Amino acid sequence: MTPSNGTSSEKWNLRLYTAGQSPKSLAALDNLKRMCEQHLAGRYTIEVVDLLKNPRLAKDDQIVAIPTLVRKLPEPLRRIVGDLSDTERALVGMQLKQQK
Amino acid sequence: MKMERPQARLLPKAPTGIAGLDEITEGGLPRGRPTLICGGPGCGKTLLAAEFLIRGATQFKEPGVLITFEETGEELAQNVRSLGFDLDALVQEQKIAIDYIRVERSEIAETGEYDLEGLFLRLGLAIDSVGAKRIVLDTIESLFSGFDNQAVLRSELRRLFRYLKDRGVTAVITGERGDGSLTRQGLEEYVSDCVILLDHRVTEQTSTRRMRIVKYRGTTHGTNEYPFLIDEKGFSVLPLSGLQLDHAVSDERVSSGVPALDEMLDGKGYYRGSSVLVSGTAGTGKTSLAAHFAQESARRGERCLYLAFEESPQQLMRNMRTIGVDLEPHVKKGTLRLHSSRPTLHGLEMHLVQVHNMVSEFDPAAVVIDPISNFIDNSTAIEAQAMLLRLVDFLKAKQITGLFTHLTSGSAALEATDIGISSLIDTWLLLRDIEIGNARSKGLYVLKSRGMPHARDIRQFLLSPRGIELKPVTGKSGKVKRKK
Repeated sequence: MTPSNGTSSEKWNLRLYTAGQSPKSLAALDNLKRMCEQHLAGRYTIEVVDLLKNPRLAKDDQIVAIPTLVRKLPEPLRRIVGDLSDTERALVGMQLKQQK
Repeated sequence: MKMERPQARLLPKAPTGIAGLDEITEGGLPRGRPTLICGGPGCGKTLLAAEFLIRGATQFKEPGVLITFEETGEELAQNVRSLGFDLDALVQEQKIAIDYIRVERSEIAETGEYDLEGLFLRLGLAIDSVGAKRIVLDTIESLFSGFDNQAVLRSELRRLFRYLKDRGVTAVITGERGDGSLTRQGLEEYVSDCVILLDHRVTEQTSTRRMRIVKYRGTTHGTNEYPFLIDEKGFSVLPLSGLQLDHAVSDERVSSGVPALDEMLDGKGYYRGSSVLVSGTAGTGKTSLAAHFAQESARRGERCLYLAFEESPQQLMRNMRTIGVDLEPHVKKGTLRLHSSRPTLHGLEMHLVQVHNMVSEFDPAAVVIDPISNFIDNSTAIEAQAMLLRLVDFLKAKQITGLFTHLTSGSAALEATDIGISSLIDTWLLLRDIEIGNARSKGLYVLKSRGMPHARDIRQFLLSPRGIELKPVTGKSGKVKRKK
Protein backbone atom coordinates (compact mmCIF):
# COMPACT_ATOMS: atom_id res chain seq x y z
CA MET A 1 0.00 0.00 0.00
CA THR A 2 1.33 3.41 -1.01
CA PRO A 3 -0.20 6.34 0.82
CA SER A 4 -0.45 9.24 -1.58
CA ASN A 5 -0.96 11.84 1.06
CA GLY A 6 2.12 13.87 1.81
CA THR A 7 3.65 13.82 5.23
CA SER A 8 2.23 11.64 7.95
CA SER A 9 1.66 14.66 10.16
CA GLU A 10 -0.79 16.25 7.76
CA LYS A 11 -4.21 17.03 9.26
CA TRP A 12 -7.28 15.56 7.63
CA ASN A 13 -10.50 17.49 7.73
CA LEU A 14 -13.49 15.47 6.59
CA ARG A 15 -17.15 16.38 6.36
CA LEU A 16 -19.92 13.86 5.92
CA TYR A 17 -23.31 15.01 4.68
CA THR A 18 -26.21 12.83 5.81
CA ALA A 19 -29.96 12.96 5.94
CA GLY A 20 -31.06 12.00 9.43
CA GLN A 21 -30.44 8.52 10.70
CA SER A 22 -30.95 6.69 7.43
CA PRO A 23 -29.26 3.27 7.13
CA LYS A 24 -27.03 4.60 4.34
CA SER A 25 -25.95 7.56 6.45
CA LEU A 26 -25.20 5.37 9.47
CA ALA A 27 -23.29 2.90 7.35
CA ALA A 28 -21.27 5.69 5.79
CA LEU A 29 -20.26 7.07 9.19
CA ASP A 30 -19.26 3.62 10.44
CA ASN A 31 -17.21 2.90 7.35
CA LEU A 32 -15.56 6.30 7.47
CA LYS A 33 -14.54 5.96 11.11
CA ARG A 34 -13.08 2.54 10.46
CA MET A 35 -11.00 3.72 7.51
CA CYS A 36 -9.74 6.76 9.35
CA GLU A 37 -8.72 4.76 12.38
CA GLN A 38 -6.82 2.42 10.10
CA HIS A 39 -5.04 4.98 7.98
CA LEU A 40 -5.21 8.34 9.70
CA ALA A 41 -5.23 7.53 13.39
CA GLY A 42 -4.83 10.63 15.51
CA ARG A 43 -4.79 13.21 12.72
CA TYR A 44 -8.30 13.48 11.42
CA THR A 45 -11.52 15.25 12.26
CA ILE A 46 -14.95 14.18 11.04
CA GLU A 47 -17.78 16.67 10.94
CA VAL A 48 -21.24 15.24 10.31
CA VAL A 49 -23.74 17.59 8.67
CA ASP A 50 -27.34 16.49 8.90
CA LEU A 51 -29.08 18.13 5.95
CA LEU A 52 -32.52 17.36 7.34
CA LYS A 53 -31.70 19.79 10.12
CA ASN A 54 -29.90 22.21 7.88
CA PRO A 55 -31.13 21.90 4.31
CA ARG A 56 -29.65 25.24 3.27
CA LEU A 57 -26.20 23.71 3.44
CA ALA A 58 -27.15 21.33 0.63
CA LYS A 59 -27.41 24.35 -1.64
CA ASP A 60 -24.40 26.17 -0.26
CA ASP A 61 -22.12 23.16 -0.52
CA GLN A 62 -23.56 21.76 -3.78
CA ILE A 63 -24.75 18.47 -2.34
CA VAL A 64 -27.05 16.31 -4.46
CA ALA A 65 -26.39 12.74 -3.44
CA ILE A 66 -26.53 11.48 0.11
CA PRO A 67 -24.38 10.39 1.80
CA THR A 68 -21.58 12.55 0.41
CA LEU A 69 -18.14 12.75 1.96
CA VAL A 70 -16.11 15.88 1.30
CA ARG A 71 -12.39 15.96 1.96
CA LYS A 72 -11.79 19.57 2.86
CA LEU A 73 -8.18 19.10 3.89
CA PRO A 74 -5.69 18.24 2.62
CA GLU A 75 -6.43 20.08 -0.57
CA PRO A 76 -7.62 19.65 -3.27
CA LEU A 77 -11.23 19.17 -2.28
CA ARG A 78 -12.56 15.71 -3.05
CA ARG A 79 -16.12 14.44 -3.09
CA ILE A 80 -17.08 10.85 -2.53
CA VAL A 81 -20.62 9.71 -2.96
CA GLY A 82 -22.11 6.62 -1.33
CA ASP A 83 -22.06 4.74 1.97
CA LEU A 84 -18.33 3.95 1.58
CA SER A 85 -19.04 0.22 1.70
CA ASP A 86 -16.69 -0.26 -1.23
CA THR A 87 -13.56 0.29 0.86
CA GLU A 88 -11.17 -0.01 -2.01
CA ARG A 89 -12.89 2.72 -4.05
CA ALA A 90 -13.38 4.85 -0.98
CA LEU A 91 -9.67 4.81 -0.20
CA VAL A 92 -8.82 5.63 -3.80
CA GLY A 93 -11.42 8.38 -3.80
CA MET A 94 -9.98 9.91 -0.65
CA GLN A 95 -6.54 9.46 -2.15
CA LEU A 96 -5.41 7.38 0.75
CA LYS A 97 -4.49 4.82 -1.82
CA GLN A 98 -3.50 4.98 -5.44
CA GLN A 99 -5.57 3.36 -8.15
CA LYS A 100 -4.20 -0.01 -9.15
CA MET B 1 -54.78 0.85 -12.14
CA LYS B 2 -57.30 3.53 -11.64
CA MET B 3 -59.92 3.97 -14.28
CA GLU B 4 -59.91 7.37 -15.93
CA ARG B 5 -63.26 8.96 -16.46
CA PRO B 6 -62.70 11.77 -18.89
CA GLN B 7 -66.21 13.13 -18.58
CA ALA B 8 -65.87 13.50 -14.83
CA ARG B 9 -64.15 16.88 -14.97
CA LEU B 10 -61.90 18.91 -17.13
CA LEU B 11 -58.21 18.77 -16.50
CA PRO B 12 -57.12 21.87 -14.62
CA LYS B 13 -54.51 23.84 -16.53
CA ALA B 14 -51.87 26.40 -15.71
CA PRO B 15 -51.78 29.15 -18.34
CA THR B 16 -48.36 29.89 -19.79
CA GLY B 17 -49.15 33.44 -20.84
CA ILE B 18 -47.13 32.77 -23.96
CA ALA B 19 -48.83 34.11 -27.06
CA GLY B 20 -50.39 31.26 -28.97
CA LEU B 21 -49.29 28.42 -26.71
CA ASP B 22 -52.32 28.66 -24.48
CA GLU B 23 -54.52 28.46 -27.56
CA ILE B 24 -53.00 25.27 -28.90
CA THR B 25 -52.91 23.64 -25.49
CA GLU B 26 -56.44 24.87 -24.86
CA GLY B 27 -55.59 26.62 -21.66
CA GLY B 28 -52.01 25.86 -20.73
CA LEU B 29 -49.97 23.06 -19.20
CA PRO B 30 -51.47 20.42 -16.93
CA ARG B 31 -51.72 21.99 -13.48
CA GLY B 32 -49.85 20.21 -10.73
CA ARG B 33 -48.23 17.82 -13.15
CA PRO B 34 -44.97 17.60 -15.03
CA THR B 35 -44.60 18.61 -18.67
CA LEU B 36 -41.62 17.59 -20.75
CA ILE B 37 -40.20 20.03 -23.27
CA CYS B 38 -37.68 18.42 -25.54
CA GLY B 39 -35.71 19.27 -28.65
CA GLY B 40 -32.25 19.55 -30.10
CA PRO B 41 -29.59 21.97 -28.96
CA GLY B 42 -30.55 25.59 -29.49
CA CYS B 43 -34.22 24.88 -30.06
CA GLY B 44 -35.30 27.23 -27.29
CA LYS B 45 -36.40 24.81 -24.58
CA THR B 46 -34.68 26.65 -21.76
CA LEU B 47 -36.16 29.95 -22.85
CA LEU B 48 -39.62 28.47 -23.13
CA ALA B 49 -39.34 26.95 -19.68
CA ALA B 50 -38.00 30.18 -18.21
CA GLU B 51 -40.74 32.23 -19.81
CA PHE B 52 -43.38 29.89 -18.42
CA LEU B 53 -41.94 30.50 -14.98
CA ILE B 54 -41.52 34.25 -15.32
CA ARG B 55 -44.98 34.81 -16.75
CA GLY B 56 -46.39 32.63 -14.01
CA ALA B 57 -44.79 34.84 -11.40
CA THR B 58 -45.65 38.14 -13.07
CA GLN B 59 -49.02 37.52 -14.69
CA PHE B 60 -50.67 34.73 -12.72
CA LYS B 61 -49.38 35.33 -9.20
CA GLU B 62 -47.79 31.88 -9.19
CA PRO B 63 -44.28 32.03 -7.78
CA GLY B 64 -41.79 29.65 -9.30
CA VAL B 65 -38.58 27.78 -8.78
CA LEU B 66 -35.90 27.45 -11.38
CA ILE B 67 -33.56 24.55 -10.92
CA THR B 68 -30.79 24.81 -13.43
CA PHE B 69 -28.22 22.11 -14.00
CA GLU B 70 -26.34 23.64 -16.88
CA GLU B 71 -26.25 27.37 -16.52
CA THR B 72 -25.66 29.41 -13.43
CA GLY B 73 -28.47 31.65 -12.31
CA GLU B 74 -26.48 34.60 -13.57
CA GLU B 75 -26.06 33.19 -17.06
CA LEU B 76 -29.73 32.41 -17.23
CA ALA B 77 -30.72 35.86 -16.05
CA GLN B 78 -28.57 37.25 -18.81
CA ASN B 79 -30.22 35.05 -21.41
CA VAL B 80 -33.75 35.97 -20.47
CA ARG B 81 -32.84 39.63 -20.22
CA SER B 82 -32.52 39.59 -23.99
CA LEU B 83 -36.22 38.70 -24.05
CA GLY B 84 -37.09 41.62 -21.87
CA PHE B 85 -37.43 39.79 -18.54
CA ASP B 86 -35.74 40.87 -15.37
CA LEU B 87 -35.06 37.68 -13.51
CA ASP B 88 -32.93 39.34 -10.83
CA ALA B 89 -35.77 41.63 -9.84
CA LEU B 90 -38.13 38.67 -9.52
CA VAL B 91 -35.64 36.90 -7.30
CA GLN B 92 -35.35 40.05 -5.18
CA GLU B 93 -39.12 40.24 -4.86
CA GLN B 94 -39.17 36.59 -3.81
CA LYS B 95 -41.34 35.61 -6.72
CA ILE B 96 -38.76 33.28 -8.16
CA ALA B 97 -36.10 31.18 -6.50
CA ILE B 98 -33.13 29.87 -8.43
CA ASP B 99 -30.87 26.99 -7.51
CA TYR B 100 -27.98 26.05 -9.73
CA ILE B 101 -27.16 22.41 -9.19
CA ARG B 102 -23.72 21.55 -10.38
CA VAL B 103 -22.74 17.96 -10.82
CA GLU B 104 -19.25 17.47 -12.03
CA ARG B 105 -18.19 14.04 -12.93
CA SER B 106 -14.53 14.65 -12.29
CA GLU B 107 -15.03 15.53 -8.63
CA ILE B 108 -17.15 12.63 -7.63
CA ALA B 109 -16.17 9.09 -6.77
CA GLU B 110 -18.89 6.58 -6.04
CA THR B 111 -18.48 4.09 -3.27
CA GLY B 112 -21.53 2.04 -2.52
CA GLU B 113 -25.12 2.96 -1.87
CA TYR B 114 -26.54 6.46 -2.15
CA ASP B 115 -29.66 8.34 -3.11
CA LEU B 116 -30.41 11.87 -4.27
CA GLU B 117 -31.96 13.09 -1.06
CA GLY B 118 -29.82 16.19 -1.30
CA LEU B 119 -31.62 17.14 -4.50
CA PHE B 120 -35.01 16.63 -2.87
CA LEU B 121 -34.02 18.75 0.10
CA ARG B 122 -32.91 21.52 -2.19
CA LEU B 123 -36.12 21.38 -4.23
CA GLY B 124 -38.18 21.42 -1.07
CA LEU B 125 -36.25 24.35 0.31
CA ALA B 126 -36.58 26.33 -2.90
CA ILE B 127 -40.30 25.58 -3.23
CA ASP B 128 -40.97 26.60 0.36
CA SER B 129 -38.87 29.73 0.14
CA VAL B 130 -41.23 31.40 -2.34
CA GLY B 131 -44.35 29.27 -1.95
CA ALA B 132 -43.81 28.03 -5.49
CA LYS B 133 -46.64 26.81 -7.68
CA ARG B 134 -44.40 26.23 -10.66
CA ILE B 135 -41.01 24.65 -11.09
CA VAL B 136 -38.59 24.24 -13.96
CA LEU B 137 -35.86 21.61 -14.06
CA ASP B 138 -33.39 22.48 -16.79
CA THR B 139 -32.16 19.97 -17.69
CA ILE B 140 -32.39 17.06 -15.33
CA GLU B 141 -30.53 14.82 -17.73
CA SER B 142 -27.29 16.38 -16.56
CA LEU B 143 -27.58 14.08 -13.56
CA PHE B 144 -26.90 11.18 -15.88
CA SER B 145 -23.51 12.51 -16.75
CA GLY B 146 -22.73 13.18 -13.10
CA PHE B 147 -23.52 9.79 -11.66
CA ASP B 148 -22.70 6.26 -12.70
CA ASN B 149 -25.38 4.25 -11.09
CA GLN B 150 -28.20 4.21 -13.62
CA ALA B 151 -30.46 2.10 -11.43
CA VAL B 152 -30.29 4.63 -8.60
CA LEU B 153 -30.84 7.52 -10.97
CA ARG B 154 -33.87 5.97 -12.57
CA SER B 155 -35.56 5.06 -9.35
CA GLU B 156 -34.77 8.51 -7.96
CA LEU B 157 -36.21 10.17 -11.06
CA ARG B 158 -39.39 8.22 -10.60
CA ARG B 159 -39.46 9.31 -6.98
CA LEU B 160 -38.80 12.89 -8.09
CA PHE B 161 -41.81 13.06 -10.37
CA ARG B 162 -43.99 11.56 -7.69
CA TYR B 163 -42.64 14.11 -5.25
CA LEU B 164 -43.42 17.00 -7.60
CA LYS B 165 -46.97 15.76 -8.07
CA ASP B 166 -47.38 15.42 -4.31
CA ARG B 167 -46.18 18.96 -3.83
CA GLY B 168 -48.77 20.00 -6.40
CA VAL B 169 -46.40 22.12 -8.45
CA THR B 170 -46.77 22.51 -12.18
CA ALA B 171 -43.43 21.32 -13.44
CA VAL B 172 -41.59 21.81 -16.69
CA ILE B 173 -38.73 19.44 -17.39
CA THR B 174 -36.46 20.03 -20.34
CA GLY B 175 -34.63 17.31 -22.16
CA GLU B 176 -32.25 17.07 -25.06
CA ARG B 177 -33.48 15.21 -28.07
CA GLY B 178 -31.87 11.79 -28.49
CA ASP B 179 -31.29 9.48 -31.40
CA GLY B 180 -34.58 7.92 -32.31
CA SER B 181 -36.14 8.92 -29.02
CA LEU B 182 -37.56 12.14 -27.65
CA THR B 183 -34.88 12.51 -25.02
CA ARG B 184 -31.49 10.93 -24.55
CA GLN B 185 -32.33 9.37 -21.24
CA GLY B 186 -35.91 8.45 -22.05
CA LEU B 187 -37.43 11.04 -19.73
CA GLU B 188 -40.69 10.69 -21.61
CA GLU B 189 -41.05 7.42 -19.76
CA TYR B 190 -41.49 9.34 -16.51
CA VAL B 191 -43.44 12.31 -17.74
CA SER B 192 -46.59 10.94 -19.18
CA ASP B 193 -48.90 13.90 -18.95
CA CYS B 194 -47.70 16.36 -21.52
CA VAL B 195 -44.83 16.30 -23.97
CA ILE B 196 -43.94 19.23 -26.23
CA LEU B 197 -41.34 18.90 -28.95
CA LEU B 198 -39.45 21.89 -30.27
CA ASP B 199 -37.65 21.85 -33.54
CA HIS B 200 -35.27 24.19 -35.24
CA ARG B 201 -34.58 23.35 -38.82
CA VAL B 202 -32.84 25.02 -41.66
CA THR B 203 -34.04 24.61 -45.21
CA GLU B 204 -32.19 26.39 -47.96
CA GLN B 205 -30.39 28.66 -45.51
CA THR B 206 -33.53 29.85 -43.81
CA SER B 207 -34.36 28.70 -40.36
CA THR B 208 -37.75 27.91 -39.00
CA ARG B 209 -38.72 27.00 -35.49
CA ARG B 210 -41.63 24.71 -34.95
CA MET B 211 -43.46 23.27 -32.03
CA ARG B 212 -45.58 20.18 -31.74
CA ILE B 213 -47.54 18.76 -28.86
CA VAL B 214 -46.59 15.12 -28.94
CA LYS B 215 -49.01 14.17 -26.27
CA TYR B 216 -51.27 15.73 -23.74
CA ARG B 217 -53.12 13.23 -21.68
CA GLY B 218 -56.74 13.79 -20.88
CA THR B 219 -57.33 16.77 -23.09
CA THR B 220 -57.72 17.75 -26.67
CA HIS B 221 -54.99 19.86 -28.21
CA GLY B 222 -53.78 21.03 -31.57
CA THR B 223 -51.76 18.33 -33.27
CA ASN B 224 -50.09 20.29 -36.02
CA GLU B 225 -46.61 21.61 -36.12
CA TYR B 226 -46.88 25.23 -35.14
CA PRO B 227 -44.30 27.78 -36.15
CA PHE B 228 -42.92 29.85 -33.34
CA LEU B 229 -40.69 32.82 -32.97
CA ILE B 230 -38.28 33.98 -30.31
CA ASP B 231 -37.81 37.70 -30.42
CA GLU B 232 -37.15 40.54 -28.02
CA LYS B 233 -40.58 40.04 -26.50
CA GLY B 234 -40.11 36.38 -25.83
CA PHE B 235 -41.85 33.40 -27.32
CA SER B 236 -44.79 33.49 -29.64
CA VAL B 237 -46.46 30.53 -31.20
CA LEU B 238 -48.68 30.94 -34.17
CA PRO B 239 -51.89 29.12 -33.53
CA LEU B 240 -53.23 28.02 -36.82
CA SER B 241 -56.70 28.00 -35.52
CA GLY B 242 -59.45 29.89 -37.18
CA LEU B 243 -59.23 27.85 -40.34
CA GLN B 244 -62.94 28.12 -40.43
CA LEU B 245 -65.24 30.20 -42.48
CA ASP B 246 -67.15 31.64 -39.61
CA HIS B 247 -65.72 35.11 -39.27
CA ALA B 248 -68.08 38.03 -39.08
CA VAL B 249 -68.55 39.86 -42.34
CA SER B 250 -69.01 43.52 -42.76
CA ASP B 251 -71.23 45.43 -45.17
CA GLU B 252 -69.10 48.48 -44.69
CA ARG B 253 -67.07 49.64 -47.64
CA VAL B 254 -63.65 51.24 -47.67
CA SER B 255 -62.26 53.35 -50.45
CA SER B 256 -59.40 52.01 -52.54
CA GLY B 257 -57.90 55.48 -52.55
CA VAL B 258 -58.54 55.81 -56.27
CA PRO B 259 -61.99 57.31 -56.94
CA ALA B 260 -62.11 55.87 -60.44
CA LEU B 261 -61.44 52.41 -59.06
CA ASP B 262 -64.08 52.79 -56.39
CA GLU B 263 -66.43 53.63 -59.19
CA MET B 264 -65.58 50.34 -60.91
CA LEU B 265 -66.34 48.55 -57.66
CA ASP B 266 -69.99 49.45 -57.42
CA GLY B 267 -69.04 53.04 -56.68
CA LYS B 268 -67.96 52.23 -53.13
CA GLY B 269 -64.64 50.42 -53.06
CA TYR B 270 -63.63 47.27 -51.20
CA TYR B 271 -65.54 45.60 -48.39
CA ARG B 272 -64.03 46.15 -45.00
CA GLY B 273 -62.28 43.01 -43.85
CA SER B 274 -62.03 41.56 -47.33
CA SER B 275 -58.86 40.45 -49.04
CA VAL B 276 -57.72 42.19 -52.17
CA LEU B 277 -55.17 40.86 -54.60
CA VAL B 278 -53.46 43.10 -57.11
CA SER B 279 -51.51 41.10 -59.62
CA GLY B 280 -49.55 42.11 -62.62
CA THR B 281 -46.23 41.99 -64.39
CA ALA B 282 -43.30 44.12 -63.35
CA GLY B 283 -43.76 47.87 -63.46
CA THR B 284 -47.50 47.89 -64.00
CA GLY B 285 -48.32 49.96 -60.94
CA LYS B 286 -49.10 47.49 -58.20
CA THR B 287 -47.21 49.35 -55.52
CA SER B 288 -48.83 52.62 -56.59
CA LEU B 289 -52.25 51.10 -56.14
CA ALA B 290 -51.26 49.73 -52.75
CA ALA B 291 -49.87 53.08 -51.65
CA HIS B 292 -53.09 54.86 -52.62
CA PHE B 293 -55.00 52.44 -50.47
CA ALA B 294 -52.62 52.86 -47.54
CA GLN B 295 -52.77 56.62 -47.78
CA GLU B 296 -56.55 56.61 -47.95
CA SER B 297 -56.76 54.40 -44.87
CA ALA B 298 -54.46 56.64 -42.91
CA ARG B 299 -56.31 59.71 -44.09
CA ARG B 300 -59.50 58.33 -42.60
CA GLY B 301 -57.58 57.95 -39.35
CA GLU B 302 -57.48 54.16 -39.56
CA ARG B 303 -54.16 52.55 -38.87
CA CYS B 304 -52.50 50.80 -41.75
CA LEU B 305 -49.56 48.43 -41.67
CA TYR B 306 -47.54 48.41 -44.87
CA LEU B 307 -45.07 45.57 -45.27
CA ALA B 308 -42.65 46.25 -48.08
CA PHE B 309 -40.48 43.38 -49.19
CA GLU B 310 -38.74 45.11 -52.06
CA GLU B 311 -38.19 48.67 -51.00
CA SER B 312 -37.03 50.48 -47.91
CA PRO B 313 -39.55 52.85 -46.31
CA GLN B 314 -37.52 55.85 -47.50
CA GLN B 315 -37.41 54.62 -51.05
CA LEU B 316 -41.08 53.82 -51.05
CA MET B 317 -42.00 57.25 -49.71
CA ARG B 318 -39.79 58.97 -52.26
CA ASN B 319 -41.16 57.02 -55.17
CA MET B 320 -44.75 57.49 -54.16
CA ARG B 321 -44.28 61.23 -53.78
CA THR B 322 -43.63 61.39 -57.53
CA ILE B 323 -47.18 60.23 -58.14
CA GLY B 324 -48.68 62.56 -55.62
CA VAL B 325 -48.94 60.12 -52.73
CA ASP B 326 -47.27 61.53 -49.65
CA LEU B 327 -47.02 58.86 -47.02
CA GLU B 328 -44.60 60.63 -44.73
CA PRO B 329 -47.08 62.74 -42.70
CA HIS B 330 -49.09 59.62 -41.92
CA VAL B 331 -45.98 57.75 -40.86
CA LYS B 332 -45.09 60.66 -38.59
CA LYS B 333 -48.58 60.77 -37.19
CA GLY B 334 -48.43 57.07 -36.46
CA THR B 335 -51.43 56.05 -38.52
CA LEU B 336 -49.22 54.39 -41.09
CA ARG B 337 -46.43 52.01 -40.28
CA LEU B 338 -43.98 51.02 -42.97
CA HIS B 339 -41.96 47.93 -42.35
CA SER B 340 -39.36 46.61 -44.73
CA SER B 341 -37.48 43.38 -44.66
CA ARG B 342 -35.92 41.01 -47.08
CA PRO B 343 -38.15 38.01 -47.51
CA THR B 344 -35.24 35.64 -47.60
CA LEU B 345 -34.13 36.64 -44.12
CA HIS B 346 -36.69 34.44 -42.55
CA GLY B 347 -38.59 31.34 -43.37
CA LEU B 348 -42.17 31.58 -44.40
CA GLU B 349 -43.52 30.87 -40.95
CA MET B 350 -41.31 33.44 -39.39
CA HIS B 351 -42.87 36.04 -41.64
CA LEU B 352 -46.26 34.87 -40.67
CA VAL B 353 -45.47 35.00 -36.98
CA GLN B 354 -43.93 38.40 -37.47
CA VAL B 355 -46.96 39.72 -39.30
CA HIS B 356 -49.09 38.19 -36.59
CA ASN B 357 -47.13 39.95 -33.87
CA MET B 358 -47.04 43.27 -35.64
CA VAL B 359 -50.76 43.15 -36.29
CA SER B 360 -51.50 42.24 -32.69
CA GLU B 361 -49.36 45.07 -31.46
CA PHE B 362 -50.30 47.81 -33.94
CA ASP B 363 -53.93 46.81 -34.32
CA PRO B 364 -54.37 48.16 -37.83
CA ALA B 365 -57.57 48.38 -39.84
CA ALA B 366 -55.70 47.58 -43.04
CA VAL B 367 -52.62 45.58 -43.93
CA VAL B 368 -50.69 45.83 -47.18
CA ILE B 369 -48.19 43.19 -48.18
CA ASP B 370 -46.12 44.29 -51.12
CA PRO B 371 -45.44 41.95 -52.73
CA ILE B 372 -46.67 38.67 -51.45
CA SER B 373 -44.98 36.83 -54.28
CA ASN B 374 -41.53 37.45 -52.89
CA PHE B 375 -41.72 35.14 -50.05
CA ILE B 376 -43.76 32.70 -51.92
CA ASP B 377 -40.84 32.23 -54.24
CA ASN B 378 -38.82 31.00 -51.32
CA SER B 379 -40.98 28.06 -50.54
CA THR B 380 -42.87 25.25 -52.04
CA ALA B 381 -46.29 25.87 -53.50
CA ILE B 382 -48.07 23.89 -50.83
CA GLU B 383 -46.35 25.71 -48.00
CA ALA B 384 -47.04 29.04 -49.63
CA GLN B 385 -50.69 28.30 -50.09
CA ALA B 386 -51.10 27.11 -46.53
CA MET B 387 -49.38 30.19 -45.27
CA LEU B 388 -51.53 32.55 -47.30
CA LEU B 389 -54.61 30.77 -46.15
CA ARG B 390 -53.56 31.31 -42.55
CA LEU B 391 -52.74 34.91 -43.17
CA VAL B 392 -55.98 35.68 -44.94
CA ASP B 393 -57.97 33.91 -42.28
CA PHE B 394 -56.13 35.69 -39.53
CA LEU B 395 -56.79 39.10 -41.05
CA LYS B 396 -60.40 38.28 -41.77
CA ALA B 397 -61.01 37.11 -38.26
CA LYS B 398 -59.82 40.50 -37.08
CA GLN B 399 -61.88 42.37 -39.70
CA ILE B 400 -58.73 43.78 -41.23
CA THR B 401 -58.78 44.67 -44.89
CA GLY B 402 -55.81 43.01 -46.54
CA LEU B 403 -54.27 44.14 -49.79
CA PHE B 404 -51.63 41.94 -51.36
CA THR B 405 -49.69 42.64 -54.49
CA HIS B 406 -48.44 39.81 -56.58
CA LEU B 407 -45.87 39.88 -59.31
CA THR B 408 -46.72 37.61 -62.18
CA SER B 409 -44.00 36.61 -64.54
CA GLY B 410 -44.53 37.42 -68.16
CA SER B 411 -44.59 33.83 -69.24
CA ALA B 412 -47.19 32.56 -66.83
CA ALA B 413 -50.83 32.76 -67.70
CA LEU B 414 -52.15 35.79 -65.88
CA GLU B 415 -55.35 34.43 -64.56
CA ALA B 416 -53.90 31.16 -63.46
CA THR B 417 -52.81 32.45 -60.15
CA ASP B 418 -49.78 31.09 -59.47
CA ILE B 419 -50.38 30.26 -55.90
CA GLY B 420 -53.86 29.04 -56.27
CA ILE B 421 -55.15 31.51 -53.77
CA SER B 422 -57.92 32.80 -55.96
CA SER B 423 -60.48 31.15 -53.74
CA LEU B 424 -59.21 33.11 -50.75
CA ILE B 425 -59.39 36.43 -52.46
CA ASP B 426 -62.52 38.55 -52.50
CA THR B 427 -61.47 41.27 -54.89
CA TRP B 428 -58.92 40.59 -57.54
CA LEU B 429 -57.48 43.36 -59.67
CA LEU B 430 -55.35 42.65 -62.66
CA LEU B 431 -52.83 45.03 -64.13
CA ARG B 432 -51.41 44.30 -67.55
CA ASP B 433 -50.00 45.72 -70.71
CA ILE B 434 -52.56 46.57 -73.35
CA GLU B 435 -52.39 48.05 -76.79
CA ILE B 436 -54.38 51.10 -77.68
CA GLY B 437 -54.03 51.93 -81.28
CA ASN B 438 -50.39 51.43 -81.90
CA ALA B 439 -49.30 52.44 -78.46
CA ARG B 440 -48.57 50.23 -75.55
CA SER B 441 -50.23 51.16 -72.35
CA LYS B 442 -51.24 49.78 -69.02
CA GLY B 443 -54.66 48.47 -68.29
CA LEU B 444 -56.56 47.51 -65.18
CA TYR B 445 -59.56 45.35 -64.82
CA VAL B 446 -61.51 43.72 -62.06
CA LEU B 447 -61.20 40.00 -62.48
CA LYS B 448 -63.60 39.36 -59.68
CA SER B 449 -65.11 41.10 -56.72
CA ARG B 450 -67.36 39.11 -54.49
CA GLY B 451 -70.66 40.46 -53.36
CA MET B 452 -70.90 43.47 -55.62
CA PRO B 453 -71.65 44.35 -59.20
CA HIS B 454 -68.39 45.52 -60.68
CA ALA B 455 -67.17 46.92 -63.96
CA ARG B 456 -66.24 44.29 -66.51
CA ASP B 457 -64.24 46.37 -68.91
CA ILE B 458 -60.55 47.14 -69.05
CA ARG B 459 -59.60 50.68 -68.12
CA GLN B 460 -56.49 52.42 -69.16
CA PHE B 461 -54.26 52.86 -66.14
CA LEU B 462 -52.30 56.10 -66.03
CA LEU B 463 -49.84 57.34 -63.45
CA SER B 464 -49.50 61.10 -63.15
CA PRO B 465 -48.09 63.42 -60.50
CA ARG B 466 -51.67 63.62 -59.23
CA GLY B 467 -51.95 59.89 -58.74
CA ILE B 468 -53.65 57.07 -60.55
CA GLU B 469 -56.14 57.81 -63.29
CA LEU B 470 -58.34 55.29 -65.00
CA LYS B 471 -59.81 55.95 -68.43
CA PRO B 472 -62.29 53.92 -70.36
CA VAL B 473 -60.72 52.32 -73.39
CA THR B 474 -62.69 53.29 -76.47
CA GLY B 475 -62.77 51.92 -79.92
CA LYS B 476 -62.15 48.52 -81.37
CA SER B 477 -58.44 48.83 -81.02
CA GLY B 478 -58.52 48.45 -77.28
CA LYS B 479 -57.69 44.84 -77.14
CA VAL B 480 -55.76 42.88 -74.72
CA LYS B 481 -52.40 41.71 -75.77
CA ARG B 482 -52.45 38.07 -74.83
CA LYS B 483 -49.27 36.45 -73.90
CA LYS B 484 -49.05 32.78 -74.45
